[in-house]
Amino acid sequence: MSIKVIRPGLLASMQDLGRYGFQKYGVIISGAMDSASLRIANLLVGNEEGEVAIEVTLMGTSLLFEEDLLISITGGDLSPVIDGEAVPQWRPVYIKKGSVLQFKACKSGSRSYVAVSGGFAIPEVMNSKSTYLRGGIGGYEGRALQTGDTLHSNHLPQKINSLFQHLKSKCQSRLFIATAWYVNPVHFTKTIQDSMIRVIRGAEFDRFTQSSQSQFFDQNFQITPKSDRMGYRMSGPLLELEESFELLSEAVSHGTIQVPQDGNPIILLADRQTTGGYPRIAHVATVDLPIIAQLKPGENIRFKEITLEEAEQLYLKEEQRMEELKVSILFKIEKESPL
Amino acid sequence: MLQTIFDGKTNIEMKPIGDSSICVQFGTEINPEIHRKVKGLVDHLDKKSFQGFIECVPAFTSVTVFYHPLLVHHSYKKDVNPVEKNISPYKIVCAILKEILMNLEEMKEAKQRIVEIPVCYGGEFGPDLEAVAEYHHLSTSEVVDIHSKGEYLVYMIGFAPGFPYLGGMSEEIATPRRHSPRLSIPEGTVGIAGMQTGVYPISTPGGWQLIGRTPLELFCPNENPPTLLQSGDIVKFVPISLEEYQAYKEKTI
Repeated sequence: MSIKVIRPGLLASMQDLGRYGFQKYGVIISGAMDSASLRIANLLVGNEEGEVAIEVTLMGTSLLFEEDLLISITGGDLSPVIDGEAVPQWRPVYIKKGSVLQFKACKSGSRSYVAVSGGFAIPEVMNSKSTYLRGGIGGYEGRALQTGDTLHSNHLPQKINSLFQHLKSKCQSRLFIATAWYVNPVHFTKTIQDSMIRVIRGAEFDRFTQSSQSQFFDQNFQITPKSDRMGYRMSGPLLELEESFELLSEAVSHGTIQVPQDGNPIILLADRQTTGGYPRIAHVATVDLPIIAQLKPGENIRFKEITLEEAEQLYLKEEQRMEELKVSILFKIEKESPL
Repeated sequence: MLQTIFDGKTNIEMKPIGDSSICVQFGTEINPEIHRKVKGLVDHLDKKSFQGFIECVPAFTSVTVFYHPLLVHHSYKKDVNPVEKNISPYKIVCAILKEILMNLEEMKEAKQRIVEIPVCYGGEFGPDLEAVAEYHHLSTSEVVDIHSKGEYLVYMIGFAPGFPYLGGMSEEIATPRRHSPRLSIPEGTVGIAGMQTGVYPISTPGGWQLIGRTPLELFCPNENPPTLLQSGDIVKFVPISLEEYQAYKEKTI
């Protein structure tokens, strides 16, 4: 069972929930930028939530299905189509052998996840299947996907078999068919319009000038084109320290917002280095990292301060919702009439 | 949010780094004594972690502890609904770390691993060796002597997989970075920047003064641990000839 890459598009790489436990050796975590979308994509096709999937960036990716497969597409809406017909997201989709799935244009968000039922047959390197692009390890031969690559998938999980057979029988002459039920992405993909990015104060927040502290929360920042999976560089008011100081390098985390000498903040993301030495003005709340992951260069961003306790409660609430979602998806897959 | 504890000798600070990691700060100076405390906590956590612990990352004067807030919460009380009861995973981990720190045994003079790194100095492998020598009015062999005489403590690994932050380089050869950085420095290159020295484990851009190259691999993704060096090791550089370098590369030694 395999998928062939016809065109990789801007960037497509294999990502799971990341490579933990090796930061003390300088090995970065990598993993999906939008972990919520990755988890849901996997749950929809009966996989463990942390299975590896294809992370598609912005546009241009094109995949040929060499076998009948059950997949799901979540995350940003990058206009996935098969033979000109839109493929619905956030639900299981049965795709017939010979079909070509193309990501046409970026309607909302910037990253989509394509999970396949059974998961992709990719070896683990240091407990993870994520691609560490700069280190050249993990994922598909340690690199981004290229034209001609063939991705093999594992066997279907038992629990998805009846849904698979059911969809197959309904598909008839069509190239694909999706279930009518789906996960409402509204709960998991807020856009920048409806919510500002919530942050907690960073370790060096107090060492910025009064005016920089208030500008950080009162003004817009724009994501510059020099942004990637490692971090988003932002432009806006220049943030200044009360007086400059040398900081010793220490560990940074996903969502740390550090400010180099030029005064333009950088949000550290999935491919961040393990350690950094720039003053940290704030940290993005974990629940809002998937929102950041879907932003594009040119878009504006606004920060809102919350307390650590608020960030923790939001996180625990989100995990509870994910748990409920897991149960209801399983119920739909196993018990309900699939269509 | 900042918590300070006194372990009987010094103040140790704990502060949140986002909502799922805590930085434990043992001081502000780079020295072997603080390094021993850093190593003590890391060794303890690697041997005996707590529920929800993910990993810890040692740095010059601190250890950052990464945890899974949900699992930490569960460890506290499984039957309590996290949303109804306002329980902070940060505070739970702080309490756990406090307990560990108060009872952390004084690090005995632990046996330190000594790792010898063969280096072919100068020539095409060390294009800046002469510049470093000129800067200090030394001969190139004096620079090599001073560099390979030293014993270097690996304070931390960061920047790239297996990249060591070494302490203990002689001021006699400390040299500022190059005016314009090179676009690509080959893996294994040994360089100097100010008071620092180190080896690039993977090819990267950089502005260090390049004085030699080692045939050893510092990053070996299929081995466990995946890096030649670890925090706490002692590094010694051993000069080798070009022929020896090639023999190493061909694994005839």
